[in-house]
Amino acid sequence: MSETLDKPAALNVVGTRPIRPDGADKVTGRATYGADYNMPGQLVGRILRSPHAHARIVSIDTTRARALPGVKAVVTSADFPDLASEMHDGGEAASNLRDLSLNVLARGKVLYDGHAVAAVAAVSAAVAEEALSRIKVIYETLPHVIDVEPAMSPDAPVLHDYMFTEGLETPPTTASNIAKRHKSERGDVDAAFAAADVIVEDRYTTQAVHQGYIEPQACVAAWAEDGRCEVWSSSQGQFMVRTYCAKILGLEISDIRVTPAEIGGGFGGKTTVYLEPIALALSRASGHPVKMVMTREDVFRATGPTSGAVMHVKLGAMSDGTITAATVELKFQAGAFPGSPVGAACMTALACYDIANFTIVGWDVVTNTPKTAAYRAPGAPIAAFAVESAVDDLARKLGMDPIALREKNAVRDGTKAAYGPTFANIGYVETLAAIRDSDHYKSPLKPNQGRGVAVGFWFNIGGESTAAIHISEDGSAAVVTGNPDIGGSRASMAMMAAETLGVPVERVRPMIGDTASIGYSMLTGGSRTTFATGMAVVQAAEKIILDLRQRTAKLWDVSVDHVVWRMGQAECIDPAKPEKKPMTLAALAAQSGRTGGPISAQVTLNAQGAGPGFAVHVCDLEVDPETGHTSIVRYTAAQDVGRAIHPSYVEGQIQGGVAQGVGWALNEAYIFDRDGRMENAGFLDYRMPVASDLPMLDTIMIEVPNPRHPFGAKGVGEVPIVPPLAAVANAMRGAIGVRMSSLPLSPPAVLAALDGKG
Amino acid sequence: MSKIHITTTVNGDPAEFLASPGMTLLDALRDELGLTGAKEGCGSGDCGACSVMLDGRLVCSCLVLAPEVEGCRVETIEGMAQGGQLHPLQQKFLEHAALQCGFCTPGLLVAAKALLDAHPDPTEVEARYWLAGNLCRCTGYDKIIRAVMDAAAELRQERAA
Amino acid sequence: MPELAYLAPSSPEEAARALALAGSRPLSGGTDLLVQLRAGRVKPGVIVDLKKITGAMGVREEAGGFVIGAATSGAVLGEHAGLVRAWPGVVEGANLIGSTQVQGRASLGGNLCNGSPAADGVPALIAARATCVIVGPNGRREAPVESVVTGPGKTSLALGEFVLEFRLPPRPARASDAYLRLIPRTEMDIAVAGVGVNLVLDSAGVVTHAHVAIGAVAPTALLVADAGAALVGGKLDDARLAALEAAVRAACKPISDKRGTAEYRTKIAGVLARRAALIAYDRAGA
Repeated sequence: MSETLDKPAALNVVGTRPIRPDGADKVTGRATYGADYNMPGQLVGRILRSPHAHARIVSIDTTRARALPGVKAVVTSADFPDLASEMHDGGEAASNLRDLSLNVLARGKVLYDGHAVAAVAAVSAAVAEEALSRIKVIYETLPHVIDVEPAMSPDAPVLHDYMFTEGLETPPTTASNIAKRHKSERGDVDAAFAAADVIVEDRYTTQAVHQGYIEPQACVAAWAEDGRCEVWSSSQGQFMVRTYCAKILGLEISDIRVTPAEIGGGFGGKTTVYLEPIALALSRASGHPVKMVMTREDVFRATGPTSGAVMHVKLGAMSDGTITAATVELKFQAGAFPGSPVGAACMTALACYDIANFTIVGWDVVTNTPKTAAYRAPGAPIAAFAVESAVDDLARKLGMDPIALREKNAVRDGTKAAYGPTFANIGYVETLAAIRDSDHYKSPLKPNQGRGVAVGFWFNIGGESTAAIHISEDGSAAVVTGNPDIGGSRASMAMMAAETLGVPVERVRPMIGDTASIGYSMLTGGSRTTFATGMAVVQAAEKIILDLRQRTAKLWDVSVDHVVWRMGQAECIDPAKPEKKPMTLAALAAQSGRTGGPISAQVTLNAQGAGPGFAVHVCDLEVDPETGHTSIVRYTAAQDVGRAIHPSYVEGQIQGGVAQGVGWALNEAYIFDRDGRMENAGFLDYRMPVASDLPMLDTIMIEVPNPRHPFGAKGVGEVPIVPPLAAVANAMRGAIGVRMSSLPLSPPAVLAALDGKG
Repeated sequence: MSKIHITTTVNGDPAEFLASPGMTLLDALRDELGLTGAKEGCGSGDCGACSVMLDGRLVCSCLVLAPEVEGCRVETIEGMAQGGQLHPLQQKFLEHAALQCGFCTPGLLVAAKALLDAHPDPTEVEARYWLAGNLCRCTGYDKIIRAVMDAAAELRQERAA
Repeated sequence: MPELAYLAPSSPEEAARALALAGSRPLSGGTDLLVQLRAGRVKPGVIVDLKKITGAMGVREEAGGFVIGAATSGAVLGEHAGLVRAWPGVVEGANLIGSTQVQGRASLGGNLCNGSPAADGVPALIAARATCVIVGPNGRREAPVESVVTGPGKTSLALGEFVLEFRLPPRPARASDAYLRLIPRTEMDIAVAGVGVNLVLDSAGVVTHAHVAIGAVAPTALLVADAGAALVGGKLDDARLAALEAAVRAACKPISDKRGTAEYRTKIAGVLARRAALIAYDRAGA
């Protein structure tokens, strides 16, 4: 379509920083999040959760709960279809529907502390809670396993007796906790190591960490007597919720309508369902709408963290700094069901490096912990922690500047990536140069301070999106998409529409449609929304412009080729009709009834060509050598962003990713007791960064445009969480002179490392 | 369960509701008074999303029992914009893009207003420690702190004028 | 389902009667009690709000010392210039409890009687040699702060008894105190270790009285007599500070848990003691 568009000489809206369209609602408390919505006559739903990490469910007796006045429904997995194993491609990652169903409500076995076992709907929270206490579940506890390496051991308790490792040359004959082995290789690794001048290697570990969105999962579901259901919920994708609910409950997709609430953070954690199918089942059983809201404890115990991991990295290089060989082995906790992000971790591990010989092996391992869910660039930060720590050690051993070493081995346009494709239009070396040349990198350090550099890569995705634009009779535009706005995407949708249409951004009202009022869109994830859905918005605007030019051509009785759209108005370039004055969008909208009816356009697409993201971070930290307490004193993050549509929200994505990564590096971790119960299921002891833990987070946006996007946008939301774990660990190495290869770098661990130095 | 009749003032207006003795102020605001601007992020006073002012003090409304507010003055995010005009803090949050998902924003604004009412000229460090009870997972706090400092400067100018 | 009642008595005697009821539970700032209620860890039948009792709220000067209403919020303590001048360590301990929001509610009485070994408000009170005025069905008694908590979550208070107020002794010239704790973040955490130090100096800067109390390193906060004794009789030279650290570490009987290992807690308790002593010394000499 773009050949029909007269591109403005300069961008008027893209690259500016207007106030977000949903801003006033969000600073006044008016915006309606998942738990803010109520339906008349709604009941309160509550879930009974397993107190055991691994147990067989001998029996569930709900009689006494059902007998309690005010209890309207009780459900267990017996009320749900027993699904067969079936993979469903949800967009960013495929899910097994049977596992999804078993995670929503346990059947036969509970697989982690917090696993849902039964649910009730009652007239009040107090009655619902009393009812839970009256459900009698008899468990036969089983041995459990939390950490990934013990789970891989041949004598480990097996979670699923039907699971046989995929991806081995010889298929195994016994069940184990190893779901899958991933392997990729290039060249002759053994020969390359034998010829290497310098070799480094180490073992690295990380713990499970949570996305930590501040809004707990929440939904309201209503089942009508005609079988039509309404779901209101906070998620990263209303279509995802619809599909999963239909599959888990055995319903027709057409019978479910899902309205997306405002979402209070997700970071990948709201790319699946926990409550919605249960709320629907309770509504069906009770005949009332049912509202369910998780507690923070539920969120930690039962919703997806990302994997803890054990990793081994070995690098070989020539004395000039050329990295010639690498072996990477990644063992990832998947939680109770297969599907850790180890595959993506394998693909991203060496993606920043042009290496001739490597072997990458990944293991997806089930454990008695909550099923992992996507978390911002899933898997990549974990792998980068190991690889970037090793590269830092290699630089030290070679006596090279850590950026110079990375520049020497950097992937560039034309490099065949370790994970397969050939890179084009990437801005990695520019990003490295931006940090190298920054004031920060050149500034001196004080005593007890250290500086660390690390780099990161993330694919970014495109995918299926729908956008519709409706022009009102006053010439304003309503832009409807199917992607929940998790971090300001309404602003970028409105801006791209305004830029294309040539109208002020205030004349565009962006909205997010429910599943019945806009076409299918993959969920908000994979850093895809501004790229893919934005592309749909731009194409819809272009369609509107073509329509407007055709209508104007009729009015003026000229060829459509003699009508151009410029700065929000139709202009006549027919030399024979110099008298035709330009017509604005408002003027054309006012007479749309006479030119063919309402002005409206919809575009659906499956966007390809998302530009990958590269990030280079530098972190300075200071250690109190007597206590091991660490302060981040300065942080700068550079990133190739393609083109920043709304630079403030791009900076915000970068800063937010850095803060999450710093938390992961320093203090965040799931802690389990001997019985496999989570010990720190709350914000008090799951220690996410608070305002006083961080300095200002400086950003440098490098703009190497993505030719596949109308304005050059690349996904920006995920890659900023990839480098911080290693940037912090490398800064720690600088500050204390000891390589710490296990996260988190909490004060006791730092002090122990200092003491061990001797 | 016998409920207690509570009479209080919310955002300057008299308000009455019935509360069970164990009900929190947060639940009373959200479920009895329909003021859903205060959010529950944790229910344990660790995230600050439910921040309100109680008799001029910043508190977590999840840590206050509804019966405790009998005769008290409660101010919530819903009372912050006056006469159709955003408070300068609200305006600065928008200008600085100090929110992404917006869920922590009401609590942060109430807490930031309490800061500037008590300390019109805070240092960045003071602002960070004052707001340490308000978790934000999206922004890394950078733009929030900038917005607060900018609003403080503007309010000081307004007062001087 | 159990009925819950809320009572807000206005006199100490009335409160003592209410607290003698079966299943009753005192409420001060509520920042611990509401969390426990929600988690189902406590299921009281009666909640007795102490904040309406005259004397339980506010700070007053009496007989040359300070009296702190046990239900007074940390924020009010921090705003009392006289108290801050005389007992900066007591106030900084109280002010380290939770966030600004929590400071608007949390009280020293609640912090003490909740019985957490890691209560930030308690070590400095003990080091200050503060006493509690305890009211109960049989009248009033006064007891040292360190006698109230007997173990995690346990107190020596009898049925119906509650802490009405804290009494801080008169302050001589050249006296001050300090409290330091260590947490993994900069705010919002429970202390991994905490130390309160209270010093009195003579005109030559020689320490004449010293009291040291430690928190989060034993089942209760402890007064460490040897640590105080190590500081008396001279200035804070390296030898005395080393003796202080050794005495503090010798007194530590910590557990290893999700917040820190026993070894780590013990080690940093000594570090914090030395640093707190130096701060208190500077303040006292200023």
